[in-house]
Amino acid sequence: MSSNLSSHEKATPWIWLVLGLLGACALPFFISNYHVFQLSMVLTYAIALVGLNILIGYSGQISLGHGAFLAIGAYTTAILMDKADMPYWMTIPIAAAVCLVVGFLFGLPALRLEGHYLALATFALAVALPQLLKFKHLEFLTGGVQGIVIMKPEAPWETLFGLKLNADRWLYFFTLAVTVVMFVIGWNLIRGRVGRALIAIRDQPIAAASMGIDTPLYKSLAFGVSAMFTGVAGALSAILVAFVAPDSFTVFLSITLMVGMVIGGVTSLPGALYGALFIQFIPNIADQISKAAPWAIYGTMLILFMYAMPTGIAGLFHLIGRKLRPTHP
Amino acid sequence: METFIHQVVAGIATGGVYASMALALVMIYQSTHHINFAQGELAMFATYMSWTLINAGVSYWLAFTCTILLAFALGVLIQRIIIRPVENAPVLNIVVVFIGLLVILNSIAGWVFTYTIKAFPSPFPKEPPFGLHFISSHELGSIGVTFVLLLLLFGFFKFTPLGLAMRAAAQNPDSSRLVGIRVGWMLALGWGLAAAIGSVAGMMIAPVVFLDPNMMSGILLYAFAAALVGGIDSPGGAVLGGFIVGILENILGAYVIGTELKLSVALVLIIVVLTIKPAGLFGKVIVSRV
Amino acid sequence: MSRTLLQVTDLHAGYGATEVLHGLTMHIEEGSITTLLGANGAGKTTTLRALSKMIKVRGQIQFDGQAIEGKSTEDIVRLGVAHVPDGRGTFGSLSTEENLQLGSYTRKNKQESALDQEKMYTYFPRLKERRQQQAGTLSGGEQQMLAIARALMLRPRLLLMDEPSFGLAPLIVREIFDIMRTINQVDKVTILLVEQNAAMALDLAKHAYLLETGKLVLSGLSEDLKKDEAVRRSYLGH
Repeated sequence: MSSNLSSHEKATPWIWLVLGLLGACALPFFISNYHVFQLSMVLTYAIALVGLNILIGYSGQISLGHGAFLAIGAYTTAILMDKADMPYWMTIPIAAAVCLVVGFLFGLPALRLEGHYLALATFALAVALPQLLKFKHLEFLTGGVQGIVIMKPEAPWETLFGLKLNADRWLYFFTLAVTVVMFVIGWNLIRGRVGRALIAIRDQPIAAASMGIDTPLYKSLAFGVSAMFTGVAGALSAILVAFVAPDSFTVFLSITLMVGMVIGGVTSLPGALYGALFIQFIPNIADQISKAAPWAIYGTMLILFMYAMPTGIAGLFHLIGRKLRPTHP
Repeated sequence: METFIHQVVAGIATGGVYASMALALVMIYQSTHHINFAQGELAMFATYMSWTLINAGVSYWLAFTCTILLAFALGVLIQRIIIRPVENAPVLNIVVVFIGLLVILNSIAGWVFTYTIKAFPSPFPKEPPFGLHFISSHELGSIGVTFVLLLLLFGFFKFTPLGLAMRAAAQNPDSSRLVGIRVGWMLALGWGLAAAIGSVAGMMIAPVVFLDPNMMSGILLYAFAAALVGGIDSPGGAVLGGFIVGILENILGAYVIGTELKLSVALVLIIVVLTIKPAGLFGKVIVSRV
Repeated sequence: MSRTLLQVTDLHAGYGATEVLHGLTMHIEEGSITTLLGANGAGKTTTLRALSKMIKVRGQIQFDGQAIEGKSTEDIVRLGVAHVPDGRGTFGSLSTEENLQLGSYTRKNKQESALDQEKMYTYFPRLKERRQQQAGTLSGGEQQMLAIARALMLRPRLLLMDEPSFGLAPLIVREIFDIMRTINQVDKVTILLVEQNAAMALDLAKHAYLLETGKLVLSGLSEDLKKDEAVRRSYLGH
């Protein structure tokens, strides 16, 4: 892992970003509603992966349980919309705040643990949460095994600049807007004091502490912030799917997030997007290759990706970029 | 009172299974510093192989032995072919490879053997031994098999040159090369042994939980917790941890929290233990010099 | 005229992108003790690591007429090359006796190995006292003896020694150097000795090489190097 910001973060050509954003805005008018929904889900995964990256890539901790924060964000939104009739857009910041606090509180004792021990603790969180959500005595709130169904929001206008706007397209733009906001927040965090402190803690924890960086505070903060990102992703996904249930948030989801992060590229913001695309579409592709054992194809692809692209998809693009611009250092 | 004793005894029986799996995890961890997340699926796959043999008419103990050998071979092959290319890759990459392996094994098992739950035979009689009420024959037999397995392993590592070489390779690969030990093959051997141990664990637990592709995931989690409680670098600790976790799970399930939440509560308790004793009960706290 | 046991030609080696050895050419006579001298960072340890292929190399290495630059460490050991690394490389959690047993791991004849183990205990009585003790708890000098004994259990033809005097009291160092003299004369083991203690090394070895920043700058008989002005000033202190 690079010990400073990977250089494609320092030198991202703005032209690509603007073009990409314009393309993203144009896309929903050319594809089916179901594909629009899938792309929206990709965006939510991307936000979650940014969160996970802050924790694992930049602060060097580990989590096998971030699916739990997806669940907490999703359920916060669902409960507020269902029980308190709150408009969907208002639930997002609340879900973010809830997950920030929960993540921070979880991080406080968890940072006594390192490596495998922390992995187990987060794994336990991922295992425990669905069981808690199914728990009989909490059913009044969580809807138990059946979960909660929420009303899918309608688009506020019929058309946008003369183009037809339906619920899926509207929600896509909403998700896109939130994604851009979250990426900007993430970008600023990583490049600022917080990011540098986290990298220092990751690479040389003892030196960092002796320089006055309050290591426990930053480590818990990293947990809180990464949980917040994932919570926002969860909230958005609940609105998109219009349904939450305990079995949507199994341990496998947490593992999928981690896999997505590594494949997309650790310590890389664009990597979050690549990883999200992988998570959303590769299972479909695997399914098309083999109906009988799609996960075997998926697993094979995971292994092949790790052989061929050890630094993830972002790392591969970075290498290609370097080869194509030999005059730049 | 009798039910309490039975819960403890049942806990020892399943604890033996957790102990075996925890030992397999520690073995691979000691030689590679990686947690083999696919350990459970390997064991499950091996148990299915055994089931196939038994269904084909092979007698139980012959199938048992063949399965151990097959599992050993599978473990060696997987290490040499799939794991070796990423031996020196970053930790997260290796974790993804393990997950890929896990998913592949699970999926192939589901495809070949279907997801219908199957019964797996126990070689031990249905009647309780010596008319005792608090223990079944399978539980007693399972404990016996576990003990024989652990004893054989202990003897192998302590008293044979190959076992000594494996211990050396796990501790200090560079020095091992300097005495001519082929460290790469020691790793493969370690994987083979771990897979073989897992197959025994699988065959002992399958009669109880029934055979299905997902049967080992909860067990692996307990084994992981047991290995950490005992101290991830201590084989003896892992074994003891396994028994502790087994008894804890049963007592909690029966008397405290019911079967739905017992997994969560057990894990929370384990985490509490680790917060108090971060290196596990028997692990060495390594003081690193700044 | 002694035959050449080890012939090194244009050896390049290093760590990752950094090259440390820039084309070494040297040879070792069978039955001799040769010392490789040099300051910290000259590349002495790197040379030994290159010879036992613990690192990647470019160039030719011939042991007893056989090319070994393409072989793995384990195979080179089986040809009869024993390397006592810097830091001793003892198996700390294993017992003294287990460490010795590992030394003879590649040998087929177990009775001979057992006899050799007893012979090691006569060379190093202190190890016999501590045979069941955990090797990591031995003193520095004892660990050095254990490392040498373990290497000897291979019945090596060539012994590569990396700074045996490092961190040890002068009395112990003298003991160890006496043992090296004995095994060279009695057991006919060829020794390549890397040392910072130039004075003692030049007294023990018949041939010497001087390494400076990855290049050999001087070579010849030890008695000649001892008289060399530059060597005397930089390495012998007078």
